Amino acid sequence: MTKEYSLEQIALQIRRDIVRMVTNAESGHPGGSLSSTDFLTVLFFKKLNCTPETWTREGKDQDMFFLSAGHITPVYYSTLARCGYFPVEELSTFRKIGTRLQGHPSIRWGLPGVHQAAGSLGQGISVAIGAALAKKLNNDDNYVYVLLGDGESQEGQVWEAALFASHHKVDNLIAITDYNGQQIDGRVEDVLGFTHLKEKWEAFGWEVIEADGHDMEKIEKAYDKAKDKSGKGKPVMILFKTEMGHGVDFMAGTHKWHGKNPSQEQCAIALAQLEETIGDF
Amino acid sequence: MQQYINTGNKDTRSGFGAALSELSDRNPNIVALCADLTGSVKMDGLASKYPERFFQCGIAEANMIGVAAGLALSGKIPFVGSFANFVTARVYDQIRQSIAYSKTNVKIAASHSGLTVGEDGATHQTLEDLGIMRIMPEMVVINPCDYNQTKAATFAVAEYVGPVYLRFGRPSVPNFTPEDQVFEIGKAVTLSEGSDVSIFATGHLVWEAIQAAEILEKEGISVDLINIHTIKPLDEETVLKSVGKTKAAVVAEEHLVAGGLGELIAGVLARKAPAPMEFVEVDDRFGQSGKPKQLLEAYGLDAANIVAAVKKVLARK
Repeated sequence: MTKEYSLEQIALQIRRDIVRMVTNAESGHPGGSLSSTDFLTVLFFKKLNCTPETWTREGKDQDMFFLSAGHITPVYYSTLARCGYFPVEELSTFRKIGTRLQGHPSIRWGLPGVHQAAGSLGQGISVAIGAALAKKLNNDDNYVYVLLGDGESQEGQVWEAALFASHHKVDNLIAITDYNGQQIDGRVEDVLGFTHLKEKWEAFGWEVIEADGHDMEKIEKAYDKAKDKSGKGKPVMILFKTEMGHGVDFMAGTHKWHGKNPSQEQCAIALAQLEETIGDF
Repeated sequence: MQQYINTGNKDTRSGFGAALSELSDRNPNIVALCADLTGSVKMDGLASKYPERFFQCGIAEANMIGVAAGLALSGKIPFVGSFANFVTARVYDQIRQSIAYSKTNVKIAASHSGLTVGEDGATHQTLEDLGIMRIMPEMVVINPCDYNQTKAATFAVAEYVGPVYLRFGRPSVPNFTPEDQVFEIGKAVTLSEGSDVSIFATGHLVWEAIQAAEILEKEGISVDLINIHTIKPLDEETVLKSVGKTKAAVVAEEHLVAGGLGELIAGVLARKAPAPMEFVEVDDRFGQSGKPKQLLEAYGLDAANIVAAVKKVLARK
């Protein structure tokens, strides 16, 4: 269904889904969802060697995607649904009692596309490393992708994982950072500042690629470059420079919409800025 | 009462190591991860034979738990090893989200548990780990008593599908259970049948309880002696059957009262068949340096303390 739409059109619809989901649930995390929309659209619709028909939790003989920044479920679920992993209509159940679309990803509700729980930060990257090691043991030459937040990277476990992955030459792992510079309490640089994030990952022995996370062409090139650099003894990190809340003017560039739902009025204002392309759920 | 012979002192961690080494020959999906304690946790057998299936994680336990979870969800059977404190308290949240909640088939192998670590002192003597792991939803918790039983338990743990916490220790202790025993997770082992009092013991204190039961028998007190090697799921049927007969219970374990086997059994009895109980366990305090035997005595966990607890509970019947 989505094949006839451009990546830009798909991303627009996903942004509408995000805004409508958090409004409908009266809770959730729009800010990081909107900053991650473009590069996740490219990954799921063009790059990931996995389809809803072939997907299994074990991930044998296919690419696997792990969400480490577990709170950005609006973009995760919308992307999965728009790809065909489960019915788009189910997005209306997000965060409601009995839903498969739990506030943070869970494997306990049988939702296709979700390999592992996330929410407590810093853990997904370690799990992705384990899955990548299993692929090597199984002679499976597919890739493992994992998405981290930049705020999340304050967790010590992320740097334990960074050290481990380079030491053990986990070169079938492509990590992504949504480098939006914001976290719950404010700008990352004000909360617990990161300087030289690129140099930090490089110092831990990773190949690092920087790219504009809102330019579809540049995103595609970054993924291609990541694959080129993989298989050579080093894990790869793509730092996608993004804007929190991208696409909705009053949410853009501020931490204030990290984990806050808009009112019905605010939702209407946001949707007026996001063209309905594929059709709302 | 039934006699138990010590066939020679051995450390329980070596029982784990011997089983892991055998398992790695049999099943290519068995993998192991360790945080810079490979020799101490006895993972060196597997590590030297199958270096590609051994992952040295360095002193970084949180990442180790996550990596194990990732290996497990792709079909491997990972054993993660460290000292009991460092694979429980230090990584509770990692176990909670990446293993238990995510239902990944990871086996947590915890050596150097309890006071009997000895000279290292309180930082390394976890007396809380059984409680910490017991409150984790769906976690299986196993605490075998000697070398042979730890070996048998390790085989059973590898067969079982789901997260398991397997606790063992550092010192050489009497080895007295059968070499060819079949370890059934969740099934208590009655060591000797008696009628006056039930003694429930786990881990290293099972041998102390046998010594206590022999002393008591000479004084004409008949002991129903039960080895609770699986803390969770608890064999409630065996507990209730025994206390139904004796109407009094003593629980002995190398653990705090808080969160321990004593409280667990007390909860079962309170709900289904109340009876007087005494605990041979550590009160609300930390350990200290010393020889294992000295520490068991100083913290009131040896055979003499079990004898005294039995007399106390019999007076309350």
